[in-house]
Amino acid sequence: MIYDASPIAVGLFVMFVLFVLGISFYFARRTKDSKGYFAAGGNIHWSVNGIAFAGDYLSAASFLGIAGMIATVGYDGFLYSIGYLAGWIVALFVVAEPLRRLGKYTFSDALDAKFNSKGIQLTAGISTLVVSICYLIPQMVGAGALVTPLLGLPHYVGVIMVGAIVIFIVATAGMASTTYVQFLKGGLLIVFSSILVILVLNNGFALKPSDDYHDFEAIGATVDENGTVVALAHNPYVITTQEQAGDHTFVKLTAEGVETWWNLDTDDSGEPVLRETLAIVKTGDGKTLYNGAPKEDELFYQVGHFHKIIVDGKEVESVKGLNPAEFLSIIEDSEIVRFKQETFSSGDEDVTLWYQTITPGEKIMRPGLKFKVDEGSTTSSKLNFISLMLALFFGTSALPHILIRYYTVPSQTAARKSTIVAIAAIGFFYILTLFMGLGAMVNGVLDVESSNMSAPLLAQYFGTALFAIISAIAFATVLGTVSGLIVASSGAVVHDLMSSFGGIKLSDSAQVRAGKIAAVVVGGFAILLGIYFKGENVSFLVGLAFAVAASANLPAILMLLFWKKTTSKGIAASVLVGMVSALVLIMLSPTMYEHYSTDATAPFPLDNPGIVSIPLSFITLVIVSLLTQKRENLPTAE
Amino acid sequence: MDHGPAVELGQDHASDIKARLGLVLFVIYGLVYAGFVVINTLSPKTMSETIVLGLNLAVVYGFGLIVLAIIMGLVYNAVCTRYEKQLNTGETDSA
Repeated sequence: MIYDASPIAVGLFVMFVLFVLGISFYFARRTKDSKGYFAAGGNIHWSVNGIAFAGDYLSAASFLGIAGMIATVGYDGFLYSIGYLAGWIVALFVVAEPLRRLGKYTFSDALDAKFNSKGIQLTAGISTLVVSICYLIPQMVGAGALVTPLLGLPHYVGVIMVGAIVIFIVATAGMASTTYVQFLKGGLLIVFSSILVILVLNNGFALKPSDDYHDFEAIGATVDENGTVVALAHNPYVITTQEQAGDHTFVKLTAEGVETWWNLDTDDSGEPVLRETLAIVKTGDGKTLYNGAPKEDELFYQVGHFHKIIVDGKEVESVKGLNPAEFLSIIEDSEIVRFKQETFSSGDEDVTLWYQTITPGEKIMRPGLKFKVDEGSTTSSKLNFISLMLALFFGTSALPHILIRYYTVPSQTAARKSTIVAIAAIGFFYILTLFMGLGAMVNGVLDVESSNMSAPLLAQYFGTALFAIISAIAFATVLGTVSGLIVASSGAVVHDLMSSFGGIKLSDSAQVRAGKIAAVVVGGFAILLGIYFKGENVSFLVGLAFAVAASANLPAILMLLFWKKTTSKGIAASVLVGMVSALVLIMLSPTMYEHYSTDATAPFPLDNPGIVSIPLSFITLVIVSLLTQKRENLPTAE
Repeated sequence: MDHGPAVELGQDHASDIKARLGLVLFVIYGLVYAGFVVINTLSPKTMSETIVLGLNLAVVYGFGLIVLAIIMGLVYNAVCTRYEKQLNTGETDSA
């Protein structure tokens, strides 16, 4: 679809960025030593830290990715919300207080507190860097995706802008400014998402979501014994060609020189009909046509509507002023038109189209549309689902930018309280995602090319001002999360790898300087990755980052705290095996093989490696620790 | 290299009991979460059963997991705070 830059959106965005830079200047003057740079002096109030946790955590994946996934596959997208939130239980009950007690600046400090082991310093430092970079990729991709509608700029400009601003923030003031940016952003995100959901509930449902919503046509068709469409019920369309793709038959029709693609389907009485699709066609002479016309003609519509609205067993045209339970139960009883993607070649044209599929609300409100646990499921598909839910549950408390936030508060009690504030804020937000996603699904706002834009486009449905605010907050979401990740990465480079492992003696001010240089380098690297991975699915990438974090870091944290026989070599081996196995299995997964554009079958049948790599990391730690008991003969975990 | 904490913390005599409580609550929540994953995996159609206010099991269980996390967090904090007050009299840890 065409995005026009809105002056209000641009104005708000610029104001927000200037405000963030102002905060950075302010805290830069107060940041004098490494404790201030890497851990905000350890004196952030727990309530501020709790909302900043929410700001860190509610990244592009949560706000853009989950809402977008719910808008396209319903309840399956909400499973991410549930998994992400459940992960905080591990953080609160198991990790928060011990980590605060043991560590100083980084996750490696906590792991290494009892051993002072070079192996731990090296592997934990590398693991922090790797997980941070895995998590940085989707954030930067999200930044690029947002800038296009917000400012009307290309993807790479968005990535460079985010990178440059974040490098500036981090290189000036470190963790203190990052904390307050996250606090501000987390608070604003929750407030404005609440406003958006209230508007969605009050607006209710209508068969025609808005006055200018496109009326999708259905034309009666005559089909011969070979399945070929031979006649249409009315003009002006002329049948041009017919193609088979997957289980579907698509027909190209021409009217007044414009070629459009239609899906052969049946109506309620079982008679054949052609239903209009949205199609992007790359022609043999290099042109790209959107529904048969150049993009500027704006024939490529926003979509998402009801087929039938059922209220208390009766079919209605619209219903307004719903409470949350009514909103969800009406969707479950009704039928919704979703748009599914298909690609094929026709002559010298490459066609990507989205065809209408009428889906019962009952299927939308339970698992199965994305994760194959129901119809068409296999053992692999079920294991894949379990693997993802495992990674989400164990990944949160192993994310470096979350772990370092435990060092910004003054005590273990404050660490615990800030985690509870985070759980309440994040939990409330995740409940909102279900309403935002489903609201986008039925209000005619979806851009089939980018589900990530569902929440901002839903806001646009209620006016440009709300769209501008939500988009600016979404951009800040990316900004804040990237800042936290870069602080974590620079801490790993300077503190873990240079000082602890490398034995390079640096004065306090030199550590800060090295941290800033590391932030610039990591930020530059993140910019390149953000441009390279354009178009990748944000939520998918984040799920993988969780799997790597859970495999590399969590077994080491848990066993250090709760198994007395844990040794330093066991920890180092566990971090290394967890990280490498997770990364290798991702590279060998079916989704990555699709990206390689190869016909070969992926050697590893699951997309998410957690179900293999997490236990492997645990087993490695146990075996290596048992084998190195006598040699180390060290005091171990309490 | 100093591997101590960023802020010097006093002795926390309640840390062991808090750790045990945390583990128990973690296991309880883990079992409820595992139940959710098992039903979704083995019997996804069960998730369509209407439970309350016209809402199906999928929504009620999902919201329930989120609300349960918040409630358990508040209970954990209240119990931990009580232990800290009882066992850390005169100590400086609990800010």
